Amino acid sequence: MRHVISVLVENEAGVLSRVAGLFAARGFNIESLTVAPVGDEGTSRITLVSIGDKEIIEQIIKQLNKLIPVIHVVDLTEGAHVERELMLVKVAAEREVRAEVLRIADIFRSRVLDATPNSFMIEVTGDSNKLDACLELLKPLGVIELVRTGQVALSRGNRGMIKNQ
Amino acid sequence: MELTGAQIVVRTLLDLKVRHVFGYPGGSVLHIYDAMFKHPELNHILCRHEQGAVHAADGYARVSGEVGVALVTSGPGATNAVTGLATANMDSIPLVCISGQVPVDLIGNDAFQEADTVGITRSCTKHNFLVRRVTDLARVLREAFHIARTGRPGPVVVDLPKDVTAALCDYEDCGSEVRIRSYNPTVIGNARQVKKAVSMILEAQRPMIYTGGGVILSNAAAELTRMTRLIGAPITNTLMGLGGFPASDPLFVGMLGMHGTYEANMAVSNCDLLLAIGARFDDRVTGKISQFAPNAKIIHVDIDPTSISKNVKVHLPIVGDVKNVLGQMIALLEVPGARDQQPDLKPWWRQIDVWREKLCLRYHQGKDWIEPQFVIEKLRDLTQANAIVSTDVGQHQMWAAQFYPFDRPRRWLTSGGLGTMGYGLPAAMGASVALPGETVILITGDGSFQMNSQELATCCQFRLPVKIAILNNSYLGMVRQWQQIFYEGRYSQSHMATGAPDFVKLAEAYGAVGLRATRPDEVEPTIRQALATDQTVVMDFRVAEESNVYPMVPAGKALNEMILL
Repeated sequence: MRHVISVLVENEAGVLSRVAGLFAARGFNIESLTVAPVGDEGTSRITLVSIGDKEIIEQIIKQLNKLIPVIHVVDLTEGAHVERELMLVKVAAEREVRAEVLRIADIFRSRVLDATPNSFMIEVTGDSNKLDACLELLKPLGVIELVRTGQVALSRGNRGMIKNQ
Repeated sequence: MELTGAQIVVRTLLDLKVRHVFGYPGGSVLHIYDAMFKHPELNHILCRHEQGAVHAADGYARVSGEVGVALVTSGPGATNAVTGLATANMDSIPLVCISGQVPVDLIGNDAFQEADTVGITRSCTKHNFLVRRVTDLARVLREAFHIARTGRPGPVVVDLPKDVTAALCDYEDCGSEVRIRSYNPTVIGNARQVKKAVSMILEAQRPMIYTGGGVILSNAAAELTRMTRLIGAPITNTLMGLGGFPASDPLFVGMLGMHGTYEANMAVSNCDLLLAIGARFDDRVTGKISQFAPNAKIIHVDIDPTSISKNVKVHLPIVGDVKNVLGQMIALLEVPGARDQQPDLKPWWRQIDVWREKLCLRYHQGKDWIEPQFVIEKLRDLTQANAIVSTDVGQHQMWAAQFYPFDRPRRWLTSGGLGTMGYGLPAAMGASVALPGETVILITGDGSFQMNSQELATCCQFRLPVKIAILNNSYLGMVRQWQQIFYEGRYSQSHMATGAPDFVKLAEAYGAVGLRATRPDEVEPTIRQALATDQTVVMDFRVAEESNVYPMVPAGKALNEMILL
């Protein structure tokens, strides 16, 4: 099963390689991983998506907690949560195709970030399924290149990951 | 007070009550060695290889219960230390290894003797640090010691660029109090879980206790002994757990696992409740995992949550320091009337006694050649089973575990997890430094001994009277045993006779005493002679070449499918 795991870490050199190294050394799967500093207390938040059965996910969470710079780990999949991902996609678009690309962009509430006589760059935000669906429609028109951020996610409700945050 | 980084290293070690450092100098640690020169109260043991230095710090830590300290230079010094770190990491031994590094400006430039030490050691340490600013140094060193010794212990590397050791900084002793917000090991067992565990134990008809190195590391041998006697259940130790419960106690059924006793393995396979304490269900212990303790409810006490339900699914986990949890359990067991309803364990013990009657550790000592087990039994008798025993890895290690009984913890040094040949001699040195008055024996093989025999020089320089017993069978014995059993006797690259040194002359070349025994009647006089001197002694026991370690659980088989002799 797919799990979205949120990891609050000390924002210090090498912390990402500790997390990535753990997954590599123990053969855990990473579908996506995002990391950036958050707040002003010298912390970063990692969101990672992994696929595994209950025992594997339990091991992943325990192993992450064991890393010294890891402050807190939460499996967001256990409760209600919101997931978002951002995709930039460059589509070939000439003549009559241009309107089609813009229509698809509109359906997915995406924005055009750049345009040339024969291409558009589109920004799409949403959960992974939405991005996949959008991409399915754009592919036949000629996708030149694309990039995705990977999932970020927060739990629903008025509570933070840890009480005093 | 303004000090250089190197002086801060020395001052901090002294403030933390470190008395012995095992190391090897080199370019990037010259400032530290210079600062140490003026502090003879910090005793430096010059080893002959960085691997030896780390193993020696490891042996020191196992015997003393304190954090062992190693000091090595950058590049090859650090890479040589890696095997020692991985050994300590697998066995959860607290040590701090300070490694030199090239100056901060040169890091990443492929400078002379540069290695990415933090990158290389990340997966074989509990934690590691690269200190880029001298102002962080004192704090980082304290954090390193704190992390090494608390929670599930382990090795910590502090990588120190040379310019940081030269830079000046204000220093004041900030005590040993350390706070790391992201690091708070759980040490007290959950009271409800503990209560549940005790009632499960007291309901069991066939309870079995299985304990590992966690009992030793947590200094919980007294608590374990007390609790086991209150329950009256049979108890087995892992290789790492030997000495956690007195081997001479009738409740002890010997070691379990691949070369454990028949009675221990049968008891685990047939118990209805398994109480695992400070052990991690290693594959050498469990055999075929799906058939491990198949009829048992399993309770697992461990300080490391990742050890719980990693290999074997447990029914009741208790996370906490073994010493505390055992104390909590004893308190409940000692409540008046608590044990009144406990089932009679006599039928279970009658069954265990039947298994014991197999006498699975039998061997036959004839008149002509020496059996390796006989040497260990003689060592046991002539040291009143009271020596500190270090081993390398292989057949001799298993025989030592089977035939040398330990009634006390911290007397047994062996590389259980990583299985590092070459561990034994430097670890014995560390033990000898920690407890100078005690008899320290190294039981080794002709293969293992040659992996770190250069440390004889360290023994002789520092007058460490380690008594080295080489069970010399001219083979990599365990490799040969597997080749005999599983590869139809094709002894591929396991015969070591050609090129083997004369171990007596080798000892003498270093200034140690060399002795040899080739016949059974020479064993006892040789050991007596070795124990009578205060010098380092190498005893070359020419033992039967093709003796095997039995009993044995073949790899991938269940514990109750043992091969007996």
